[in-house]
Amino acid sequence: MIRVVLPHHLRKLAGIGGEIELHVESPPTLRIVLDALEATYPMLRGTVRDPVTKRRRAFIRFFACEEDLSHESIDALLPEAVAHGSDPLYVVGAMAGG
Amino acid sequence: MVGAASDPMRVYASQSTGWFGQIIQRSDDGGQSWRPVGNEFAYDGTPGTHQWYDGTPHPWEFARVWHLEPSSDDPDTVFAGAEDASLFKSTDGGLTWSELAGLRTHSSGPEWQPGAGGMCVHTVLVDPTDSKRMHVAISAAGVFRSDDGGGTWRPTNRGLRSEGVPDPDAEVGHCVHRIARHPTRPDVLFMQKHWDVMRSDDGGDTWREVSGNLPSDFGFPIAVHAHEPDTVYVVPITSDSEHYPPEGKLRVYRSRAGGDEWEPLTRGLPQADCYVNVLRDAMAVDTLDPCGVYFGTTGGQVYASPDGGDSWEAIVRDLPRVLSVEVQALL
Repeated sequence: MIRVVLPHHLRKLAGIGGEIELHVESPPTLRIVLDALEATYPMLRGTVRDPVTKRRRAFIRFFACEEDLSHESIDALLPEAVAHGSDPLYVVGAMAGG
Repeated sequence: MVGAASDPMRVYASQSTGWFGQIIQRSDDGGQSWRPVGNEFAYDGTPGTHQWYDGTPHPWEFARVWHLEPSSDDPDTVFAGAEDASLFKSTDGGLTWSELAGLRTHSSGPEWQPGAGGMCVHTVLVDPTDSKRMHVAISAAGVFRSDDGGGTWRPTNRGLRSEGVPDPDAEVGHCVHRIARHPTRPDVLFMQKHWDVMRSDDGGDTWREVSGNLPSDFGFPIAVHAHEPDTVYVVPITSDSEHYPPEGKLRVYRSRAGGDEWEPLTRGLPQADCYVNVLRDAMAVDTLDPCGVYFGTTGGQVYASPDGGDSWEAIVRDLPRVLSVEVQALL
């Protein structure tokens, strides 16, 4: 079970209150988790990554275990703590606009 | 944002941010509740290039939806005008979208350049008497017309003249800001261009200037009265680099003669120190009698006139910049 924390706007769009849990195949990668996220919450398709190119949106970053995973390969294995559900994967919207 | 003429409870909205990209939402209850629908706008085939501001080739990239236009008889059929300039269609209430690629792949497409706001399809008009006949307007390519439901397109800009471009009379390359028409007279089109207010009496084949006595013929929105096909509204703006009303007086101008002769409408509108703009999608008319006219400003006010423009009242004052005004008559 993977825990995922989404930014406020995406939680609102998906109609969810807090952290979400996704059941995915093991060992999990970012691609597997994002595929599961979009399959479970279709309204989030295109909001984290481009729906056509599948590239991460420029103002979106992925963090876990105090590490920035944004520039890792999307097929790299996620940290053990994320794979075991002890730490969440954070999807973060850039603090921009000021 | 737009309501469907065939179902006053159906409303579509386009949201776009740099963070989360394009989102389309739909309401089936007049805006009380919303749900996200499809947001995948994929260009057909391998897109080539258009021109960038500096004239260099630039790859076509979907950026956002500027305008949604439901068909007049089916609330589930809706067109989306997008940036980079392209047209999409949904027949399932916005769940899925497919490109009407004949527009983007028109032979002149590689020469199109963006306007200051981006290279967008910002106006989509579907002829209510013949749904195969459509017009779109693109900044800064101009007006294009289809007679086969969006399959093929041809530019219809003869008569437009734009100073400051290499060929002022070019068939393609004009910064059209908005076009409008009355549903009972589909061959008569009115246009607010970057500069100039224009009129066509032959479905866009030829245009003539009808700016007449306007204090400035620069502006963005243009609208036609619901019951008087020759009554037209514009909001003159000082210039292309000064996006506020001349003399700081917010005036809607109305022509009852289909152009050329314009009267200022000022009652209820600020007549001193007003420096707002009115964006191209931010003016609408209702279908009541007398006709109501509405517009929103970049200062966050929405003004309404219940009497065809004779008097105005701010019905909202403190919104962010108003991008779109839509009105649905629920009676």
